[in-house]
Amino acid sequence: MSGRVIVVTSGKGGVGKTTAVANIGTGLALNHHKVVMIDADIGLRNLDVVMGLENRIVYDLVDVVEGECTLRKALIKDKRFENLFLLPAAQRRNKDEVSPEQMKALCDELRKEFDYILVDCPAGIEQGFKNAIAGATEAIIVTTPEISAIRDADRIIGLLQANELTEIPEPLLILNRIRPEMVRKGDMMDINDVNDILAIKLLGVVPDDEVIIVSTNKGEPAVLSRNTKAGMAFRHIVQRIQGEAVPFMPMDFDLGIFGRLRKMFINK
Amino acid sequence: MDFKRMVTRSRLGENTPSKNQAVDRLRLVLVHDRAKVTPGLMEKLKEEIIKAITRYVEIDEGQMEMELTSCENRAELVASIPVNRIRRVSG
Repeated sequence: MSGRVIVVTSGKGGVGKTTAVANIGTGLALNHHKVVMIDADIGLRNLDVVMGLENRIVYDLVDVVEGECTLRKALIKDKRFENLFLLPAAQRRNKDEVSPEQMKALCDELRKEFDYILVDCPAGIEQGFKNAIAGATEAIIVTTPEISAIRDADRIIGLLQANELTEIPEPLLILNRIRPEMVRKGDMMDINDVNDILAIKLLGVVPDDEVIIVSTNKGEPAVLSRNTKAGMAFRHIVQRIQGEAVPFMPMDFDLGIFGRLRKMFINK
Repeated sequence: MDFKRMVTRSRLGENTPSKNQAVDRLRLVLVHDRAKVTPGLMEKLKEEIIKAITRYVEIDEGQMEMELTSCENRAELVASIPVNRIRRVSG
């Protein structure tokens, strides 16, 4: 029984890949799976900070690939959880110092020991992207409901489909930072629009939620908070990754006529 | 006085939804992105069109032109195919 290597990619930067990896990784670990998160954004390390593990880094991905240290030594165990590990990116190197073959070998090694290997893919479509997808068996595309993000996501989907070197079947979609109020007013594309355009299966929808900023400030992924919208959305995503059928929640703009009337009066 | 616009604006303060513009623009942009990026798409498309057409007409393949254009918010596949002769098809 071999672990699942899931690359989280997007094309566009800043749409929430690192946040997604941190929350999905933490969520899977909370459900007692053995999880390792790899920050593949060499030169622009971020996953460590989002996880609150920035002070624990001694070795990184490039050190392992170059044989400076063993994989075991570079893996940082998150002490808050049973079985959650981080392999940080190198901060001072660049993405050409790792090859796709090396990444694949690394992922294959990790698959023997871990249930889930999450790869935080850098933005763009160059070497960093090619490395990040090299060892993956599945892909998650993260996008926001904005033109440029969706355009870039489409390109990434095309690249994944054309790439004969990877085993990745159809990628799944996370629609991030949706704002129900803007959707209701017709100022933001909704999941049906995005689905129509990108035509890949939906894994989850995450609302724009201030808790994400607060959680990054503290280094505590939002999935840990029981009663926030983003936290709940990520928990559902984790369940679906685990194979459970979780229905998609209606956005709260979908209140029906009475809800709308009530909102009108309250906002007086 | 543009009555239509007045009425649309006054109806609960709503303007024409901007997201529809986004969707239309995206669709158009993606037609071109995907055509450019998929290797050999236009060539393969051209070959298959030629195969289908030459059952019925004899064409000048060398002079045939085909391109994907944008025209008034829509993408169009425009082909210019010189026809030499209509074949006699039985049945």
